[in-house]
Amino acid sequence: MTTSIGRKPSATIPVLTVVLAIIMIWYAGAINLNSPQIIDRYEKKGVDWSFTQLATDSWNMKRAVLPSPHQILAELKTTIIDKNVTSKRSLVFHAGITLSSTLLGFVLGAGLGISLAVGIVYVETLDKSLMPWIITSQTIPILALAPMVIVVFGAMGISGLLPKALISMYLCFFPVAVGTVKGLRSPQPMLVDLLNTYSASKWQVFWRLRLPSAVPFLFASLKVAIALSLVGAIVAELPTGGQAGLGARLLSGSYYGQTNLIWASLIVAAVMSASLVSILGIIERKVCYRLAGGQEISNEL
Amino acid sequence: MNLASTSTATNNVVEVKEVCLDFHTKDGVVKALSNVDLSINAGEFVSFIGPSGCGKTTLMRVLADLEKPTSGSVLVNGMSPTEARKQRAYGYVFQAPALLPWRTVQDNVLLPLEIMGYSKDQRQKLAQEYLQLVSLSGFEAKYPWQLSGGMQQRVSIARALSVEPQLLFMDEPFGALDEITRDHLNDQLLRLWQQTKKTVVFVTHSIPEAVFLSSRIVVMSPRPGRIIDVIDCNLPADRTLDIRESPEFLAIAQRVRAGLAAGHNYDD
Repeated sequence: MTTSIGRKPSATIPVLTVVLAIIMIWYAGAINLNSPQIIDRYEKKGVDWSFTQLATDSWNMKRAVLPSPHQILAELKTTIIDKNVTSKRSLVFHAGITLSSTLLGFVLGAGLGISLAVGIVYVETLDKSLMPWIITSQTIPILALAPMVIVVFGAMGISGLLPKALISMYLCFFPVAVGTVKGLRSPQPMLVDLLNTYSASKWQVFWRLRLPSAVPFLFASLKVAIALSLVGAIVAELPTGGQAGLGARLLSGSYYGQTNLIWASLIVAAVMSASLVSILGIIERKVCYRLAGGQEISNEL
Repeated sequence: MNLASTSTATNNVVEVKEVCLDFHTKDGVVKALSNVDLSINAGEFVSFIGPSGCGKTTLMRVLADLEKPTSGSVLVNGMSPTEARKQRAYGYVFQAPALLPWRTVQDNVLLPLEIMGYSKDQRQKLAQEYLQLVSLSGFEAKYPWQLSGGMQQRVSIARALSVEPQLLFMDEPFGALDEITRDHLNDQLLRLWQQTKKTVVFVTHSIPEAVFLSSRIVVMSPRPGRIIDVIDCNLPADRTLDIRESPEFLAIAQRVRAGLAAGHNYDD
């Protein structure tokens, strides 16, 4: 999946070239992966076949090992445009469910990450005691943790959005905490000295110096976090047994060998993730532009 | 602090006695300051001059409570440096302008006024007044990056003056500027000091700058950082930059240079 946040016109041609190359490799791969089954079929029926025949059949095979791009596009069209948004078969419906838990998890995770960072920067004992636990928390594989969280909350009668958002939060808070700590500690010693000569309070230093200095670091972390939040939401949807959400569609796609559905869901997830990161990128550019006093800054993704 | 020290300190804005400061680094202990004694009277313009590493900036940072001495006593306005800092007794101009890039020129000058809780009207009035003093009226709405280095440093001087401290610490404020800008700002600073009668402590490594501006020059030497000479420098109050060609100016400059050479160990 290539995402282009192309603003410079000069980026268009290289990006298109890469997309074209990927599509060509994809079609070639479809022949390579699907042809054994097709050839099997030809041999059972005892028909003569040409390479052109083989290619056409590989590209239009039902339940292909690797569906070709136009099949995935057709699947996207049926599941996004043709189906009613409220239908259980509409990917828009499922994407909406995943998006809501992604966003809730992101907000919770960012909030937790920023709070932890402020604690770590301002309270020395927290700096020493909290960081090892935060790092340890990230060594637990999310795939092992997600079913337990869903099951435990399910037993407590809590299901749906909140448990999923908690998994997202668990993935999100780490980059935000680490980035914000770095950002809050980023002001030049001279500026900290300057505020000390004014005998400024801790909170005056925080609002007037540390927080504005942390913003560029914060945005870098938030962009990582929102992408992780989506991963968390999808992972959290897997153990629910395929009820709703993109994760559920991925799961039912693999149950029934509907590879088109798997790929369509993946593409929707990727587009959603790229859009979320881009939206944050746009906000980042606006905010950082103001923080630099209107000076044009290059701030590529 | 006892009453006796307060009463003796009426004229002494700064009183430094036997101050030592050691920095503990990976390579061992660095004696940044060794047995420094100094007193500065109200209204003086005192320059610390010396090569890099002689502790001139460190001494000023001790006065401003940005460093703690290892031993010795320091009084600023008859108080400990910490108390003086808490009472916001001084203004400090750093080597770099140290402006906040997200604030306009005006808002940068407002920063200490906001922190110290001045009323909105007072803040505006003081910011206007001191921006005018450093000839930056009309630049209020600009951002730091839109100004030249010299203008940025003038903003930082206006910022330090805006809270109207009687004591001003200036740490090589013109060190990063070109010669012409530096001359111009030296001239402005001299007028400013004469108008406001503030006590100024000034760190520099430029001999002409020190001689031109100061009423007293403290010559320092490195390893360990110590004072090796204190030179009175009573050039006429109405001096202009032309005085740098005069024999009395050159005589003082010569004495500063001799002091620096004597304290400098070329084996290092």
